[in-house]
Amino acid sequence: MTTLLYDGSFDGLFTAVFEVFEYRYKEVEIISKERFYQENIFAEIHEVVTQNEKSERVLNKLEQNIGRSGIHQLLKVFLSEDPELEQLILSAVQQSVQHPNENILQNYADSSILGISKICKSVDRERHRMTAFVRFEKMQDGVYFAKIDPDFNVLPLILKHFKDRYQDQKWMIYDLRRNYGILYNLENCDFFYPEEKIDLNQYQNKFHEEENNYQKLWQRYFIKTNIVERKNLKLHMQHVPRRYWKYLTEKN
Amino acid sequence: MNFDRLKEKLEILADAAKYDVSCSSSGGTRKNKKGALGDSSVSGICHTYTEDGRCVSLLKVLLTNHCIYDCAYCVSRSSNDIKRVAFTVEEVVDLTINFYRRNYIEGLFLSSGIFKNADTTMERLVRVAKKLRLEENFNGYIHLKSIPGASDELMQEAALYADRLSINLEIPTESGLKLLAPEKNREDMISPMRYIQHGISQYKDEKKIFRKVPKFAPAGQSTQMIVGATSENDLQIIKVADYFYKNFDLKRVYYSGYVPVLEDKRLPSLTTEVPMLRENRLYQSDWLMRFYGFKAEEILDPTMPFLDLEVDPKLSWALRNLHQFPVNLQTADYQMILRIPGIGVKTAKKIVSARRFQALNMDHLKKLGAAINRAKYFIDFNAGNMYLKYLTDKNFRKLLIGGSSSKFQNQFSQQLTLF
Repeated sequence: MTTLLYDGSFDGLFTAVFEVFEYRYKEVEIISKERFYQENIFAEIHEVVTQNEKSERVLNKLEQNIGRSGIHQLLKVFLSEDPELEQLILSAVQQSVQHPNENILQNYADSSILGISKICKSVDRERHRMTAFVRFEKMQDGVYFAKIDPDFNVLPLILKHFKDRYQDQKWMIYDLRRNYGILYNLENCDFFYPEEKIDLNQYQNKFHEEENNYQKLWQRYFIKTNIVERKNLKLHMQHVPRRYWKYLTEKN
Repeated sequence: MNFDRLKEKLEILADAAKYDVSCSSSGGTRKNKKGALGDSSVSGICHTYTEDGRCVSLLKVLLTNHCIYDCAYCVSRSSNDIKRVAFTVEEVVDLTINFYRRNYIEGLFLSSGIFKNADTTMERLVRVAKKLRLEENFNGYIHLKSIPGASDELMQEAALYADRLSINLEIPTESGLKLLAPEKNREDMISPMRYIQHGISQYKDEKKIFRKVPKFAPAGQSTQMIVGATSENDLQIIKVADYFYKNFDLKRVYYSGYVPVLEDKRLPSLTTEVPMLRENRLYQSDWLMRFYGFKAEEILDPTMPFLDLEVDPKLSWALRNLHQFPVNLQTADYQMILRIPGIGVKTAKKIVSARRFQALNMDHLKKLGAAINRAKYFIDFNAGNMYLKYLTDKNFRKLLIGGSSSKFQNQFSQQLTLF
């Protein structure tokens, strides 16, 4: 048994996948350094140094077999932070190499592929919910600020959506759990990684003077557009699970 | 801005608009321009859900609840003693933009009570859309309610700025409409719809020749019918929907179970339940026609004019057509797989794709997302299926109903709990 340790990056993972083939490892597991703790004391450790040329070679080859959308699916698996993500991706690559003329990601009867398809579905669902449930709050400096805390690391998947939509206002979306965000300053739209967690204690004091008024209008609208005679809280909860309420102006 | 006054108007005019069920923001393909605000994608986004479980995607309000008409089913009818208010054009624009900037909504759904006459009202609605597009550079979704009887010129302008237009048919039958809305007539509703339909097909033709043609109601038209306010049957409703899908290329028909809000001897009493289950069955039938290749005649026929409340319309069709089953998953075509109860569009596609790799069994089917409790009786695998023996059982229907629990179960037992 060989354990490949990589740096936790997407390119690192695909460098590791390359090396599985390069060194013809048979029994192998790939683990991110952050999550590694020695469990299997008989395993041989192989440290992977991230090399973009190696990861690109794997990705290019894969793209021929499973297309760009296939690569995108594997990216979603990566962003899911699922404990099995490395094994699932390795299995997909191995199958794809064995069957280069098929899009193996469509073989839903295989357990790894089905696993990938399920993870993609969950990640997609949360990606979509983040396009829906992000609530911007206008700050004194005119920046529209939103904080999120999603179960999966979906920020990279929603950047384009918000970039396309809000081009004439400055905005920022900050992932509280992973301590990074996206910032748009009317020209560029980039990730930012603060040294320390941003302090959001009493940040409401820095709201733009009109902010509370629009929040109140939205809350009243939310109440008035409901039809009491059709009340259906079960359906409501199904669409807006409680863990998302913390984002929602209308639920606070 | 006077926020307290704005809040009062918003409360009244949102309250009055809420019975219009159409609220989707899908079908729009309006891309943002550089440096502007807003972008609409085909799939649409529900930004939140009310406690009744309905999606909130658009700011749905009336421009005013002043109305010259006296339609029995409508809260804004002229004889109803309620507070009347009106938004200014600027107020609606301001609310839309500020809600959109905070990512509360996908855009605006603007309807109105009819003040003065059809054209004056329509002109005001168009002015809101025009200001949003031309002055605010807004590329989010705009759905305008066309006013019955509005002129072709105004409809033309509306279609240039709005993504979707709709006119509510209100009551599925003409006799019902005569009874409840004597001042309205069907032709006034249909002629603006016809105008827009011609405009859309003309747009498509021109688009083939010229690269740049101004968008014309790009998300198409929709309509809504109130269900259960008069005594129409489901067959009539489905036929009307089918007629409008076929002859007016409608994108959506909405069905709105009547919520009794007014005392009127022509209407069901105030204690009548909202027909939620019936409404649900109508939507299921609508889906069968739009996505599953069913024809209206297959769903209901004159000997059976109401939808089965105990089983969904697809299962109901299967029970009437047992001779078409079992369906072999390995060999049947996609269209037939779609007709298996418990298998939806996504699962059907996965089946067709996965079976190229290996022969499927019950376990695979379950994992692919089929509702096995129904599907298992209707399918055949190369390796056989032990559940097929029930297909010819006299009590098959009972067995099926017993095997699934409906979310509307309590609606069946209501009578019992009364005593």
